[in-house]
Parts: sequence; C-alpha cells; structure tokens
Amino acid sequence: MPEAILKVTDLTKVFDEFSAVDHISFEIKAGEILGLLGVNGAGKTTAINMLLGLITPTSGRIDIFGKDLARHRIEVLNRSNFCSTYTSLPGNLYVWQNLRVFGTLYGVKNLNQRIDEVLDLLDMQHLKNSVSGHLSAGEATRLNLCKALLNQPELLLLDEPTASLDPDIADKVRSIIRQYRDDHKATILYTSHNMRDVEEVCDRVVFLHQGKIIYTGTPDEMVNHFEKENLEDVFIQIARSGDVVSAR
Amino acid sequence: MVELAFWPFVQLLVWGYLTKYLQNNAGGNFPHTITFLIGAVILWDILFRAQQGVAIFFLEDVWTRNLLNIFAAPVRISDYLLSTFVIGFLRAAFTVTLLCILAATLYSFNVTTFNWYIVPFFGHLMIFGWALGMISTALILRWGPAAESLAWAVPFLIQPFAAVFYPVSELPQWLQWIAWTLPCSHIFEGMREVLAHGTLSGHNLLWATLLNAFYLLAAGALFTKVTKIARQRGLLTRFVSQ
Repeated sequence: MPEAILKVTDLTKVFDEFSAVDHISFEIKAGEILGLLGVNGAGKTTAINMLLGLITPTSGRIDIFGKDLARHRIEVLNRSNFCSTYTSLPGNLYVWQNLRVFGTLYGVKNLNQRIDEVLDLLDMQHLKNSVSGHLSAGEATRLNLCKALLNQPELLLLDEPTASLDPDIADKVRSIIRQYRDDHKATILYTSHNMRDVEEVCDRVVFLHQGKIIYTGTPDEMVNHFEKENLEDVFIQIARSGDVVSAR
Repeated sequence: MVELAFWPFVQLLVWGYLTKYLQNNAGGNFPHTITFLIGAVILWDILFRAQQGVAIFFLEDVWTRNLLNIFAAPVRISDYLLSTFVIGFLRAAFTVTLLCILAATLYSFNVTTFNWYIVPFFGHLMIFGWALGMISTALILRWGPAAESLAWAVPFLIQPFAAVFYPVSELPQWLQWIAWTLPCSHIFEGMREVLAHGTLSGHNLLWATLLNAFYLLAAGALFTKVTKIARQRGLLTRFVSQ
C-alpha cells in the first residue's frame, strides 16, 4: 500500500461565524491524482490555500511528506508547487526571467537547463524571450504551469489549471499532467469545474459541499452512486440540490 | 524610470530655483545657509525611495496577481523583507546619484559638502525608510486594497514634523516633541549643522541610531504580526481576489 503523501485530519476553517471548511479529512497516496470538486464557495480554494500555508486552519492538522505543515512549512513547500488560474507572473518580466526568479526561490539546480525542459514540455520554447504581459490567457496559464513544474515537485496542487485554455491546449495540458505523474511518481491535487478534466485526469475524487465532504470515490463510482450518466450530471444535481445528503 | 528619475528631477528643479531666488533676494548669511534646501531634497529622497522600495515591491506583486506565488513559495518573511530592503537600497542609490549630479551641474551644490557625514546620513535615512515601508505594507495588508494609497502617503504624513526644510525649532513646542521622536529629524538637523558649521555633534547621530533601532524592530514585529493575522483571517487570498 503506497504511503499517504498528503494527509488532512479534521481540518476546519471558520471565518467569523462562517465555516468555509468544516471538519474534512482525506489523504492522497503517492502517485495518485485526487480531484477536489465542489460548486463555487464549497471550500476548495480555502482548502488548497490551507495546504499551501496561505491560510492558517482554525483546527485540524495537515501532514505533507509525513511532516506537520504548521511546523515544517518551508521544507514542505520546497518539495511542492502550485498553479492557480487566479494567479499570474509579473507581466513586465520576460518569460525566462520569471522562471529564473521562481527557480531561484525554489532552489532549482541546473536552472537554465530546467527552464528549457519545462518550456519544451509546455510547448513554450518559442516564447522564452517574450514579455510575460504580452502572452495570451492560454499562454499565461501554461507559463504558470511551467513555474509549477520547475522544481519537479513531489506534490503538485493545481487549482483549475485548464480554466482559460482552448480545448486543444487543455487536452495537451491534461496529457502533460498525467505524464508528469507517471514519470515522477508525483502526487497531484486537482480542482476543476470541467468534469471532463476530472474524469480524464483524476484517479479519485473528493466532493465538497458547504465546506463538508459529501462523497469520496473514483469518478465512475461517483457516477454510479448518484445514478447519473456522467460526472457533470452529478455535479449539476448536487449544485441544484438543497439537501445534498438526501440526494445520495 | 519616470518614478525613479522624472519626479525627483522635477522636485529638484522646483526647490533648486526657489533656493536661487531666495539667495538673490535675501541679505546677511541667509543666501549661504539656504543651500540646505537642495541638500534636504536629496536626503529626503533617500528616505522616500527606501520606503517605496518596500511598499511598492509588495504592491507590484498585488497588481500582477503574483502575491500568492511569492507567499506560497519556500520564502521566509525575513527573506522577503531582506529582498525589499535591497530593492529600496538600489532605488535610493540610483535616484540620489542622479540628483547629486544634477544638483552639482545646475546649482553648483556639491554633495561632498556633507563630507563623510553623508554615509551615516544615507544609512539612517535608508533604515528609517525601510521601517516606514514595513509599516505601510503591514497597514495595506491588514486593510486591503482600499489602503493602497498609504504606500505613498505615509512618508508625507511625517514630513511636516521631520524638519526636512526647516529646523525643529520653527515648530510649536508640542510638535517639537513629536519631531524629536523621529530619527530623520535628527538627521536633517545634523545636515543643517554640517552645512552651516562643517561639523556634526554626536547627539544627533546617537538619537538617530537609538530611534532607528526602535523603529526597525517595532516595524519588523508589526509586519510579522500582521502577516500572521493575514494568514489567520485569509487576508492574503482575499486581497488577491478583490
């Protein structure tokens, strides 16, 4: 049985009196891609931000690589990386400069070679000397992914990585993510509103609703459990259902 | 470049020609001593650029939606602050060098008039600028984008009491007490002393050192505390999504 790379225990985040994340527990095994699903406001981004140390949990515990994140934040972040559709890299720097800055922050060895590798991987080599602010939305997203793969992270947190990509590039990105997992035995946490993404990429999903986990299983198991045709129908049912538990 | 060269240049022009006007129309020793206005413009810019280096560095990451990338990277708060200090130093060094050359060319104001005292002047104003930058950034982090203007406002909030363009003695007594709590007031008083007499009494430097140590430690503690609060209340992420 592979070890748990990421283990979340009874994690809670309360803002004033609102529970954004409500006593959730889950784990991700080495080499697994876990989809974190939920409608807007379900608590996905808050959960990811807690995993990155950007938000301090109200209670609960996060262990990554067997270490308590609260006490070993820098060590854990050195071996992790993330990509979010809500962030971008400074637009006044060239593509290679941005990658050089973050490669240095993450202590990447043979940085010039690694920059070329990730640019090749994401089909961005021809944009190496472009100003980052002049990239299209899709190119900027791929640049974010280049940054996320720079340090060859053992744990990769991807927050809607294909949100602004056209179907062709999105398909390539999904392939790259799976290939990266296979080549590096990496563990990936993946959030997306695109259910096709999730069905294609994720080994297992955790469905959040109003801050609580309402289902955990493989995408196929989830479709069967809710007696729907596909994951998108499940998502719509949960989103429109007032009482999710009764929908189960 | 506009920020680092154009605005400081325009300010130097205004104060430089005002100095010339006063020199040509005043009697006694005043025309000689009034040159401190040009020195004040140059030294004030050290403080301002150092503060801006810290505060604008943070805001640039906010504006480019890069803040989370930085705070989710394996970067300690101390590393982050140190890098902003370096940016502040480079900004100040560039602008001050430019202003010194222009002041010498346009108004025959030679910065070597300060003698070696320019080194502690530069150092103290730089350190106080860093402290003000940390305070500005902490307030922006705590109160969000609505408080962005503090990045520019904070130095000018203290300028009236900092004795930049006039001696502390010109202030009402109760404002003098405020002025003496600012390290930069001691430096600007020291600057006028050097320009007038060519010497600097030790007490101004001593007070500046003690006050700077206090402000730097207090500002660092405030920034660390606010960062902790920001993580607890999710301010870092809300900041980005606003």
